[in-house]
Amino acid sequence: MNPRRHALRVTALTALASALLVALFLKTSLTPLPASAQAEPIDRLLRLMFAIGGVILALCLVLLVYNVLAFRHRPGQPEEGPPQEGHTPLEVLWSLVPLALVLFLAVEGALALRDITQAPPGEELEVRVTAFQWAWRFEYPQYGITPGELRLPVDRPVLFRLTSRDVVHSFWVPEFRVKQDAVPGMEKVLRVTPTKVGSYKAWCAELCGLAHTLMQAPVRVVEPEGFERWVKEQRR
Amino acid sequence: MRATLWRLGIVRGLTWGLGGTGGAMAATMLVRAALGLGAWNSGPVTAVGSLVGILFYLWGLGAFKGWGRWALGRPEEEHPCQPPWTRYFSYATNHKTIGVQYMVTSLLVLLVAGIYQLIARLETSQPGIQFLSLDTYNSLMSLHGIMMLGGVLLGISGMINYLVPLMLGARDMAFPRLNALSFWVTPPAVVLFLLSLPAGGFDTGWTAYPPLSIRGPLGMQFMLLAFYLMGWSSILGSINFLTTIIKMRAPGMGLFRMPIFVWATLATAILQLIFTQFVATAFLMVLLERLLGLGFFNPERGGNALLFQHLFWFYSHPAVYIFVLPGLGVISEVVPVFSRKPLFGYRAVALSSLGIAVGGTMVWGHHMFAAGIEEWLRVPFMVTTLLVAVPTGVKVFSWLATMWMSRIHLDTPMLFALTSIAVFLIGGITGVPNGIIPVDLYIHDTYWVVAHFHHTLFGGFVFPAMAAIYFWFPKFTGRRLNEGWGKLHWALMTAGFFITYEPMFWLGLNGMRRRVADYDPALGLGTMNIVVTIGGYLIALAMLLFFINLMGSAWRGALAPGNPWRSRTLEWQLPSPPPEENFPTTPRVVGPPYGYGIPGSVHAVVAPAGGAGEKEERWRTAPI
Repeated sequence: MNPRRHALRVTALTALASALLVALFLKTSLTPLPASAQAEPIDRLLRLMFAIGGVILALCLVLLVYNVLAFRHRPGQPEEGPPQEGHTPLEVLWSLVPLALVLFLAVEGALALRDITQAPPGEELEVRVTAFQWAWRFEYPQYGITPGELRLPVDRPVLFRLTSRDVVHSFWVPEFRVKQDAVPGMEKVLRVTPTKVGSYKAWCAELCGLAHTLMQAPVRVVEPEGFERWVKEQRR
Repeated sequence: MRATLWRLGIVRGLTWGLGGTGGAMAATMLVRAALGLGAWNSGPVTAVGSLVGILFYLWGLGAFKGWGRWALGRPEEEHPCQPPWTRYFSYATNHKTIGVQYMVTSLLVLLVAGIYQLIARLETSQPGIQFLSLDTYNSLMSLHGIMMLGGVLLGISGMINYLVPLMLGARDMAFPRLNALSFWVTPPAVVLFLLSLPAGGFDTGWTAYPPLSIRGPLGMQFMLLAFYLMGWSSILGSINFLTTIIKMRAPGMGLFRMPIFVWATLATAILQLIFTQFVATAFLMVLLERLLGLGFFNPERGGNALLFQHLFWFYSHPAVYIFVLPGLGVISEVVPVFSRKPLFGYRAVALSSLGIAVGGTMVWGHHMFAAGIEEWLRVPFMVTTLLVAVPTGVKVFSWLATMWMSRIHLDTPMLFALTSIAVFLIGGITGVPNGIIPVDLYIHDTYWVVAHFHHTLFGGFVFPAMAAIYFWFPKFTGRRLNEGWGKLHWALMTAGFFITYEPMFWLGLNGMRRRVADYDPALGLGTMNIVVTIGGYLIALAMLLFFINLMGSAWRGALAPGNPWRSRTLEWQLPSPPPEENFPTTPRVVGPPYGYGIPGSVHAVVAPAGGAGEKEERWRTAPI
């Protein structure tokens, strides 16, 4: 069979495999449902990469399997394959296409990063988070309260100021997507705008010793009125 | 018998080493008592003990004998006749002996590290605490990580040591004594790794981030010292690899006639030489902070906790390429031989190793996106990280193009190479989301990362190492590994791998943090975790078959001819195993290494013994 026929078959199989793989990836649910304004651009980027990665993965895997099935040495064939040592245009192509793809992804990534980190107009709710082995301490400087849990009003931008009293920890609510390490001796910031009322958990994502696996705190996102009420109760 | 035992370097080294350790510990305690500090303090006493013990051990081993005689102008010592097996337990300088020493040590270390994780994995099969204490889980998981990496470093040194001089047509490495030293500092490292668990283990993972690592138990100190020694071995080894490649090539072996494995070694050795010092510095600083109370990483004393992470990742990201480049080189060796076609785009594949090495030096910051690296550094690191995908892609596409329209033979080495390509490909593609900062802020420190780097290390080291062992075992031993067992091993291990690691991507996306003994049952991750555990034990079963095959075939496997795979590179033009000084006369290199199917193409001419010319002067190895 001539190379053109093989190439045609590989193209058709790649198209089929890409469709299947991308569909599988996009159907895969991310069960921590998005619950912040930051989750949207991140999930979108992830889906974009599932699509691009799915096609590249399909192309290479199809080629790998096809090569093995179609080009196995059969008795009676000449021992050695055709002496092709390279093909410069092809080599340039498979350097430039990935280059273009990763640069495109870098631009998309940088734009999304700007979106999720820039300060919103107006005043943010400030929460000081202090991590220590193996719990979190929350402080609301604007209200002068230090409650035992993290409670946030829905749709209001929050600025977390994170630090640690002992070792490195990392503050992560999977539904909010973004995480930020809490480093002793430093203050790091993290911006989150919760968008869904509900109960979540803040986990420590950076190995911090013996009980790291158990280090968590309840997080509740509530309606603004409920939040105001709660603040008043805390002040008493 | 007693005389023979005492002549074994390892027995003398061990005796001297234990004596030195005991003496130094006693002396330290006396000094401490005299200073009124209280005689026993496990940290400093064992630190002095292990460091002094290692020097005594090297002395007993005979590591300084050759250099000492050379420095004093005395003639070299005559070696009395000994049974051949004793060389493997002595301070031998032949590169093939050292290669075997490295490879066997590597397999043992990888085996122990694997067993540690098999135990820890059982614990994570279900939410809740099953049978391990949190402390034990953390220690097993952490030791799994650092010992695997130690085992990988030993493994690549073993392959490089055995193969590179043969592939270059050289008689030995450039500095045989230095070579022996770079192997023999690793057994104390292995001992320290093994002692870490009884000494309380440590709970920092392999990354040893302070301030946590400052607080860890004695096991932490043993791990830091052990990896420090591995670093010595790595740096000394790389000097040898580089000099050998630059100075010891047979006539006609231009850079672009070198086998790709040698190119990969070149790139790896450059990274080892330049970057190992950073991790050594970082670990040394943690040790000094622990032992002497210096405040490098302690903010209360003017230190900076993130400084360690920079120093650590200066090395530990390039280290990823140190680990995988030789393996990718193995794939480039195996694929043309079993496809009976030249390696497609030889020059691009050769240079892509250097491209990955150079690119890999500028990406360390991507490990710290979530740690809070300077805002304006985030995007540059994202771009450099993603650019590494380009030379990596060149390799994968070139392998696929090599197989295109070829005549493939599916012997075990080729099967392992095929799995390597598929696994490394997935590892590469799944690394891109980690490189994109916003997405990384989500998947960082989750099972996604665990899945990703196990793909790169299995695809870039473990499966290629298996391909290498099945490929070169006949060269090492003169016997073939059993093909039937080999194929069963391949099938089980490939299936086990995919069953273990593909679900981990899903687990990570669904909120499973890495390095945890327990997880929230509400996440619904229990079923998938059982699948992962089953896959892990399938890999273990495959490894069991492998070890049985390895020992059985070394004992009574079918005899192998000199060149069973009809390969063209130089090591195959010798009898198996190769003679003590490799080539009877200097080979002449006249063509490309993978000229399969090219009419009249010859890689090298190896004259039989007693043929033209004497051994050339340039073969003389340095007294170092």
